Amino acid sequence: MQNRRNFIKTLTAIAAGIALMTGSLTSSAADDTIKVGVLHSLSGTMAISETALKDMALMTIDEINKKGGVLGKKLEPVVVDPASDWPLFATKARQLLTQDKVAVTFGCWTSVSRKSVLPVYKELNGLLFYPVQYEGEELEKNVFYTGAAPNQQAIPAVEYLMSKQGGSAKRFVLLGTDYVYPRTTNKILRAFLHSKGVDDADIMEEYTPFGHSDYQTIVANIKKFASEGKKTAVVSTINGDSNVPFYKELGNAGLKAKDVPVVAFSVGEEELRGVDTKPLVGHLAAWNYFMSIKNPTNAAWIKEWSAYAKEKNLPSASKPLTNDPMEATYIGIHMWAQAVEKAKSTDTDKVIAAMAGQTYKAPSGFVAEMDPKNHHLHKPVFIGEVKADGQFNVVWKTPGPIKAQPWSPYIEGDDKKPDEPVTN
Amino acid sequence: MIKTQLAMMKILYPVAVFLLLVHATQSWALTPEQKLNLATGDNDSRITALGKVSESGDVSAIAYLQSLDDDAIKFKGNQLFLVGDSVTDAITGKSVTLPDDAEDVVNNNQMRSELDATIAALKLFSKDPKVRLESAKALIGTDPSEGRLTLIKRVEKTETDEAVKATLAQVSASIEINSPNKDTRMAAVAKLKEGANPNNKEILASRLEGDGEKDPEVRLAIQAALNSIESQMAVYDKIGQAFTGLSLGSILLLAALGLAVTYGLMGVINMAHGEMMMIGAYATYLAQTFFQRFLPGYFDWYLLLAVPFAFVVTAAIGIVIERLVLRHLYGRPLETLLATWGVSLILMQLVRTVFGAQNVEVENPVWMSGGVQLAANLILPNNRICIIAFAIAVLIMMWLLITKTRLGLFIRAVTQNRGMASCTGVNTSKVDAMAFGLGSGIAGLAGVALSQIGNVGPALGQSYIVDSFMVVVLGGVGQLAGAVYAALGLGIVSKFLEGIAGAVLAKIFVLVIIIVFIQKRPQGLFAFKGRSLD
Repeated sequence: MQNRRNFIKTLTAIAAGIALMTGSLTSSAADDTIKVGVLHSLSGTMAISETALKDMALMTIDEINKKGGVLGKKLEPVVVDPASDWPLFATKARQLLTQDKVAVTFGCWTSVSRKSVLPVYKELNGLLFYPVQYEGEELEKNVFYTGAAPNQQAIPAVEYLMSKQGGSAKRFVLLGTDYVYPRTTNKILRAFLHSKGVDDADIMEEYTPFGHSDYQTIVANIKKFASEGKKTAVVSTINGDSNVPFYKELGNAGLKAKDVPVVAFSVGEEELRGVDTKPLVGHLAAWNYFMSIKNPTNAAWIKEWSAYAKEKNLPSASKPLTNDPMEATYIGIHMWAQAVEKAKSTDTDKVIAAMAGQTYKAPSGFVAEMDPKNHHLHKPVFIGEVKADGQFNVVWKTPGPIKAQPWSPYIEGDDKKPDEPVTN
Repeated sequence: MIKTQLAMMKILYPVAVFLLLVHATQSWALTPEQKLNLATGDNDSRITALGKVSESGDVSAIAYLQSLDDDAIKFKGNQLFLVGDSVTDAITGKSVTLPDDAEDVVNNNQMRSELDATIAALKLFSKDPKVRLESAKALIGTDPSEGRLTLIKRVEKTETDEAVKATLAQVSASIEINSPNKDTRMAAVAKLKEGANPNNKEILASRLEGDGEKDPEVRLAIQAALNSIESQMAVYDKIGQAFTGLSLGSILLLAALGLAVTYGLMGVINMAHGEMMMIGAYATYLAQTFFQRFLPGYFDWYLLLAVPFAFVVTAAIGIVIERLVLRHLYGRPLETLLATWGVSLILMQLVRTVFGAQNVEVENPVWMSGGVQLAANLILPNNRICIIAFAIAVLIMMWLLITKTRLGLFIRAVTQNRGMASCTGVNTSKVDAMAFGLGSGIAGLAGVALSQIGNVGPALGQSYIVDSFMVVVLGGVGQLAGAVYAALGLGIVSKFLEGIAGAVLAKIFVLVIIIVFIQKRPQGLFAFKGRSLD
């Protein structure tokens, strides 16, 4: 009897000891590192685009840690895989905020995933850096948008297509994946085209499901639409791995950029990996950064990325590529680190205040500036044409960075919305 | 006058060809200023410079223009560099080293089409009628520029080859339709009417737009020409639509054939069928990687290895699954559903662990890219044609196997009456394993085909499993012929609907049609007529 009681006592003591130890371990871990979440799909249809962003986030965190971290503490990345499953994004975001207690999250690509995590970040007052061009119509206190708003990508691209240099297009095919980003962007573009005197009869709108892989009918329809009397251009908001079969079909069907140029908003160097780009020469993409841009910052950045990919033995190491959302991720993480240093705290509200007006010398060759109010970056716009080697030739650019308009003037009622997050 | 010109041209041809030969290997005839003007400055001034080149008809310029077009020219200040295997100074032709800060000559679409058109125009001087015909065809649909127009006119008069002449007539008609002279315009409309291609349609239609054509008589003629072109093109549109349906049907058939064996003949609700296709696609990827690494010279033929390899791998996996899991579950279809679903999850995770969650790249061999041009508005892509042929080949092989071989006989016997087959000495358990292996192997072959048109990732099978079951159920369980009709029918109907309603709605409509059809005719298209139907 005595024995058993002693045994129980020892057991309790051991349990308590373990509890204490783990407790002190976690608390000491929390003391000398700052946890940051990385929320990108590493499997499913969006993995083609998002995996590179995860790796870029890890590289940037590594880079900051090598220089001594932030506030004297190392950054500790917490990587989760929401698997291109939109509700899972919200679950994983909640896990990052409540279990891992991350100070900030870098993540999401599709707007539907961002919309899905938004309530979580608002409820728990978290901080999300979103690195991809999107449709606008949103301005949240808890989010910083380091990708382009429509006026920094979609509108200039269509203006270019309508210019003499871009081929004076008069008819437009708006082709996209069926979700909120393409639908909203096309709504804005339709209103914009109306304002330029393009009739509804000269606009064809088509959507395909996520992961769609049979583009025969759509390409045939585009060809038919293009033969009806005016110069036609295609505006593609197809997202994810559907782009590979789409561009393969374009090449096989002989739809040349000289006849019907396709400008894409979600296709960069990474998405064209593994597509034979020789038949695609001349098709366009609009971004705020291209890998082919020549300047010392970009050269150094590409070098750093190539070395990192090689060191970590990433699958992409044999042909390391950089692209616009990777640049936006890189800028975002650095700006956040600067803001934390300025605020001397990782507290969400203090960091948000310190983010206003942050600048960072971006690989695009310009200084990216966080707008003092509207949580978007001032960015330059580049339009590039696909080259035979899968890179882009910049054929048009803005003279300097332009300010984002998250509320598009082409959507009714947006002009009355304030250019800063509304807190209530 | 024309006669003297003809004589002139006869002398000029050999001279031109000679110059071309000489200049392709040695220095250029363009002056350094001209070369600079063509390579640097804004697009408008470069296009003006191009216009001057075509006006002069200087065939020696072709080589330089071609290297501009191929993005092989770089510049720094006033220096031009031709970058090929080695770097040469594009003006002097001497070997030089490329400075680090040399800039690329950027050609946008506008510039590239001008370059192409000028090269084509200059190539009209070629001695080879084939080259001339090709150049004339390349000129169709290009924006008419002053310089090129003069050149084309000049060549047209002296051209002797009928085909080239007819093509050039089309080109000049597309320019003359804007002429102020009414008769010229009428003649141009008549000429354009002969070529039933989208380009002529576009030219004619744009003439009707806005304040283009004012003369009512010409307008009528244009309208008539448009109608005639449209009706000719409509035929090819229909053929194209039927072809896409056929192509989708062939893919559905490939995906469903294996399932027709495992589900149709054996009664296993095989949820792991899609994963067998996925493994077949990964086997293709492995074969491709093998060729890339060890036989790069024979890369274009990696599919010849991939086909048997994928079949063997998936058939082996199928046999293992049958031996380990399914043989305990015959006669209990619902349990097979759960068990095979579990197997499918395991296989997917396995592939994710081995190859990573991201898609892998499977390159098309060269002979599968591009397409066959049947008409101006109808190109049949090679990869689709190959897959249709492949599906037919697989179907024939399978039909031969089931109807003509001993194994096929046993499979049919076991399917129809297991007890009786066993009594006559058929080793039913071995036949089950072979049949499941066969079904899985065919799914693997489908995977080879899918790898050529879509993305290869761990979830590849998921997007085809529903379609495969649709085909088998629609065709009638236990019927191979039914699967063929159902696959082609579904392919053509969904492509037809997609043409009208778009991809998203078409998918929904097809599902609705199938639900209604199965309610009216639960046994599928073809009912199994036999005593053992229970």
